[in-house]
Amino acid sequence: MTEWAASVVVVGAGPAGIAAAIRAEGAGRSVILIDQAQRPGGQIWRHRDRAALPRQARSWLQRLDRSSVRLLTGASVVDAEPSSRLRVDLGGRPLGVRWNDALVLATGSHERFVPFPGWTLPGVVGVGGAQALLKSGMDVAGMEVVLAGSGPLLLPVAATLSRAGANLTLVAEQAPLGRVIRFGAALWRSPSRWLDAARYRAGFLRTPYRTGTWVLRAEGEDRVREVTLTDGDGERTLPCDLLCTGFGLTPASELARLLGCATDGWRVKVDGVQATSEDGVYCAGEACGIAGAEIAILEGEIAGLAAAGDRAGAERLGRRRPPHDRFVAGLAQAFRLREELSALPAGTTLVCRCEDVPLERLRDFGSTREAKLHTRAGMGPCQGRICQPALQHFFGWGIDSVRPPLFPTSLSVLAAPEEDESPPPPTSIT
Amino acid sequence: MDRSPDVVIVGAGIVGAAAAHVLTAEGLAVDVVDRGAPASGVTGAGMGHIVVMDDSPAQLQLTAYSRRLLDELAPELSASCELSRCGTLWIASGEAELEAVEAKQGAYAEAGIASEVLDGDDVARLEPELRRPLFGALRVPGDTVVYPPGLARWFLDRAVERGARLHLGTEIDSLGPREVRAGTTTISAGAVVNAAGPWSGRLSPGLPVTPRKGHLLITGRYSGFCRHQLVELGYLASAHDLSQDSVAFNLQPRPTGQIIIGSSRQAAGWDGAIDRSVLQKMVARAVEFVPGLAGLDVVRTWTGFRPATPDKLPLIGPWPDEDGPWILSGHEGLGIATALGTAQILADLMLERRPELDPAPFRAARA
Amino acid sequence: MSVESEVGLTVDGETVSSAADITVAAALLNLGKWRFRRSVSGSPRTPLCGMGTCHECLVTVDGDRHRRACMIPVRAGMRIETDD
Repeated sequence: MTEWAASVVVVGAGPAGIAAAIRAEGAGRSVILIDQAQRPGGQIWRHRDRAALPRQARSWLQRLDRSSVRLLTGASVVDAEPSSRLRVDLGGRPLGVRWNDALVLATGSHERFVPFPGWTLPGVVGVGGAQALLKSGMDVAGMEVVLAGSGPLLLPVAATLSRAGANLTLVAEQAPLGRVIRFGAALWRSPSRWLDAARYRAGFLRTPYRTGTWVLRAEGEDRVREVTLTDGDGERTLPCDLLCTGFGLTPASELARLLGCATDGWRVKVDGVQATSEDGVYCAGEACGIAGAEIAILEGEIAGLAAAGDRAGAERLGRRRPPHDRFVAGLAQAFRLREELSALPAGTTLVCRCEDVPLERLRDFGSTREAKLHTRAGMGPCQGRICQPALQHFFGWGIDSVRPPLFPTSLSVLAAPEEDESPPPPTSIT
Repeated sequence: MDRSPDVVIVGAGIVGAAAAHVLTAEGLAVDVVDRGAPASGVTGAGMGHIVVMDDSPAQLQLTAYSRRLLDELAPELSASCELSRCGTLWIASGEAELEAVEAKQGAYAEAGIASEVLDGDDVARLEPELRRPLFGALRVPGDTVVYPPGLARWFLDRAVERGARLHLGTEIDSLGPREVRAGTTTISAGAVVNAAGPWSGRLSPGLPVTPRKGHLLITGRYSGFCRHQLVELGYLASAHDLSQDSVAFNLQPRPTGQIIIGSSRQAAGWDGAIDRSVLQKMVARAVEFVPGLAGLDVVRTWTGFRPATPDKLPLIGPWPDEDGPWILSGHEGLGIATALGTAQILADLMLERRPELDPAPFRAARA
Repeated sequence: MSVESEVGLTVDGETVSSAADITVAAALLNLGKWRFRRSVSGSPRTPLCGMGTCHECLVTVDGDRHRRACMIPVRAGMRIETDD
């Protein structure tokens, strides 16, 4: 297997990962930055045309262009070996990536879904999912679109859909108005966030934004045709070609957990300089808690400096960090899921979409592991990333252990022998 | 406790579950205790190959007997047991192994097990993904595959229907001939059965059962990729030799279209971590036999601990002497395949009947 | 601004054209494909997460099964089969 090495390896080229890579490189280290996508930016700065990105994003991407950071795109990390080496699937070929001094995890988050009748129909997508598909070229012009879910992500996605020509008929936030307003008030400290929110809302002015409203079911023969929502009193059914639904984000901590890093629920635990419980492994951004891009960038910078051995610099930057935990807690509190959502799925509603396991088959069990063994829930190719947060929500079950591969990958990638010196992969290393 | 059961079984894996099934069918009152959920230990990690094996005459008899007992139950099994009549192909790796194929057929025939010798062309026709040239194989059409946690749960469900009580999530601290103790609770019983698999030695200190680590991988869904459980003839040698770590080619098609790839054997203590070098050796061995595997997606890898004994035969009976608690352990890699047979022998011995098989080779106190 | 050009693809045996510089998932949706794959119990599925996590968008690309359509850019001459 071909092997690459650097002083510092960063996984995830979103805001946190880019910031970490640039800071570590600025401190004189060789750096490799790895991402699954074809371009750097992560989800928040996902783009086809860089000119369309906000100035801050363009500026970080330009710094990355000008840096000596080696960028490895289209690359999925499928294993972390005990010998400080990642195993990467690069377009179906194996590549070893060794970190000599430090590894920074900037793996971001997954969208959280709450199963409801009809959520597996074609045309039901995530809120972040819709954003990602739009940014990767999906055409929604003329589609009847409803957004129903929770969290700050609803606003920018509504604006994007509207701008892209969708006929956006409703944006439904499950959290009640009072909580959303209190969350907004807490943002006064950060005026840029208000400006963003106002700009996003202006982007879909003709569409009603309803708080305290949630989805009940999606219906259609072969794809979604209509969606029924409620505000707790009445029900309302809207025609719909595309239903965007998502209930916030869950830290993507699989790689951290495979490495043995301590976690608090899904969040990776870090200290003041973003160091995890494992020697030489740092974590920054949403994998340590959902707090938005601003904080992710700062955490990335701190982690990058610490990874490069500049602990004093990292601590200096750390003092500039806003009270992260309070923000994470505030966000979670404002958009916490209302109890009614736990009653959404019918017995026959599928919870595990990979193995088609309905809720009624899961009720007999007491743990994630037991349910896995006896129903196969969480055993499919998404490896439980979609259903585990839902199972945790419905039943309070714990988080299962992580083993290689982190993503399904071919046997030849996961277990390419050491001595096999296959020619270097068709690489997008720049 | 509002009653004292006739038998308390420690371990809700396939072996303890089969024992609960058989003993309750005999009319005994049974309690089953497990520190976790049913089948959450070795059973959940196993392949589920119901195979006749001929490492020793006793093993051949026991596996043949157990396969027959499971076949008799087959019409009653639930879909979740995933019984699949795929048969086994024992693959010869060269001309030199063809003699071994013939010898194996002879041994199976003596035990009443049908099998047929195939030439290379037959094998290629049956399993086109196998690498050429092919020399031949022994096909054992009566071997089957089950989903072990499904079968264990089915056994327990039958036992519960007949009045068995399950104490799950109950960690046993110690056991004696007539009681088990969990914290401040003691369950007294007419007899105690230690069916704790590789952990049985912790509850019966000195019992010669050691963990023998194995790795497995499972692919995504590729229906029709192969039809039989495919095993290299050299597998037995790998399983037999306790002195060193080994890998052998062993491939299983699941009814889901997934393929389980095995196998490895290591004396690695209780370290359950995935050993990448073992995975590499296993995959390399599998790809030697089936090149097309290399391009299939693997979705999961895991390890498990087989409960191994020095002579590769399970322990059935009281230990260390006639007054000790009963042992039902040491099944190594054949726990799923022989659970039912060993449970039946246990029941016969407990009820002072003469077992269909000579129990002497399995006597726990031999060790 | 990059110039949007078109690429030719074969989707389920039919020759079609798609915007270049988009993902296979976007291209299939734009072609009105509302069934990327069949679930294990046979129901049709299309992308959920759009970012490589959910594996609902698995299709066959140039003979390679179970590929995530949302992670792969379209390429001239690509053969895509849905409904696996």
